[in-house]
Amino acid sequence: MTMAEGNMLSNRRPETGAFFQRDRTWHPPAFAPGYKSTVLRSPQKALLSLDGTLSEITGPAFGHNLIGELDDDLIHNFAAPGESAIGPRIVVYGRVLDERGKGVPGVLLEVWQANAGGRYRHKRDGYLAALDPNFGGCGRTITGEDGSYSFRTVQPGPYPWPNGPNDWRPAHIHFSVFGHGFAQRLISQFYFEGDPMIWKCPIVRTIPDRAAIETLIATLDMDATIPMDARAYKFDIVLRGRRSSMFENRPEGN
Amino acid sequence: MPQSLDRLKESPSQTAGPYVHIGLTPNFVDIRGVFDTDLGSGPLVNDKTRGERIEIRVRIIDGAGAPIKDALVEIWQADADGLHNSPSELRGTADPNFAGWGRLPTGMDTGECVFRTIKPGRVPFRDGRPMAPHVTFWIVARGINIGLHTRMYFGDEEAANAEDPVLARIEHRHRVETLIAPREGDVYTFDVHLQGERETVFFDI
Ligand SMILES: [Fe+3]
Repeated sequence: MTMAEGNMLSNRRPETGAFFQRDRTWHPPAFAPGYKSTVLRSPQKALLSLDGTLSEITGPAFGHNLIGELDDDLIHNFAAPGESAIGPRIVVYGRVLDERGKGVPGVLLEVWQANAGGRYRHKRDGYLAALDPNFGGCGRTITGEDGSYSFRTVQPGPYPWPNGPNDWRPAHIHFSVFGHGFAQRLISQFYFEGDPMIWKCPIVRTIPDRAAIETLIATLDMDATIPMDARAYKFDIVLRGRRSSMFENRPEGN
Repeated sequence: MPQSLDRLKESPSQTAGPYVHIGLTPNFVDIRGVFDTDLGSGPLVNDKTRGERIEIRVRIIDGAGAPIKDALVEIWQADADGLHNSPSELRGTADPNFAGWGRLPTGMDTGECVFRTIKPGRVPFRDGRPMAPHVTFWIVARGINIGLHTRMYFGDEEAANAEDPVLARIEHRHRVETLIAPREGDVYTFDVHLQGERETVFFDI
């Protein structure tokens, strides 16, 4: 990644305002004992509020030339030549927007997931579901000028995890989003419309507001399928918006 | 009803989980051939980068005092002149040989990761006063519901630290120490404590 690649993304004037305050009641709290791993990993003191300085307002840029031909195709990017991953084939598409509803271009979107049986390619995953030799589980893409993105994969399976004696994760895809400012940095997970497991999951339930959870559920879109190949799910992602710099607040004399 | 502001809500955060490596550092967990290298995992410097070479050794320590072995750490910093390599940097052009961003997993055995970088220059605060040199951190892991933002300051920058406008806002003065990494040779050691008496100051930015 170089500066030149960053500048190639767009010739619009870069935005430099501070970001809207994060609504901490909308996000899950750090301490959420229903998800046991949070108990020893949650800060307990109040966060120090810091109205974004240049260190948080700026961020690195990633160029489209970072992305290889199969990076956004999890069905094929780990598969042997001529083979493909097993499972229900899907296309996931949507836009990365900011809180003002504007599409965000040049966003690095990275995804990871279990295979169709619910098994991760990771030495710490001990679930007995089989590994798929043709499925790695990672992919990435960069959003277009209007914030749009898409990738192709197989729908992941649900899997059990050691929290309660019988806790299962609903089918989900993890995602990491790199916007234009380091303050926008976000990792989350999305789920699939109609899955009854969503509402039983202790990780989902760390989010206090049902309406917030619903924004993490991808919608089946039978108008965007690839006939005889893949169904489609639409999933939009929202990053923090920036304050306008209509009137700069500068100390006198500067 | 008054007019709507037409705002959307930010997508709610969820934990990165125990398998964050698969997505962000796949080669680290032997998923090879998908991406050539793990993005951000190499040294931040090359032969032409301007500035003093340093290492930052990082550990993330949980409430039981154990280093976390499944965390992912990202850093973001200015170049030697205090400029960020970002399209949003309007004060000048940063060193083209320094991207200023790095990403590493903590070691599965050691719980430690080491960034090879340079000491950054000073960056102005919003009111124009210079901040002390610092590196911005973002930490995710299983059990962390929303990424944690903090900063590392440099132990050998006592004068700059003493006038830093952000450190000055820390009410309980003994907590300032949680952000200052001691120096030994060219190595700074930054232990981030998630909980307890030495809990690191985290920021709502
Ligand atoms: Fe998962």
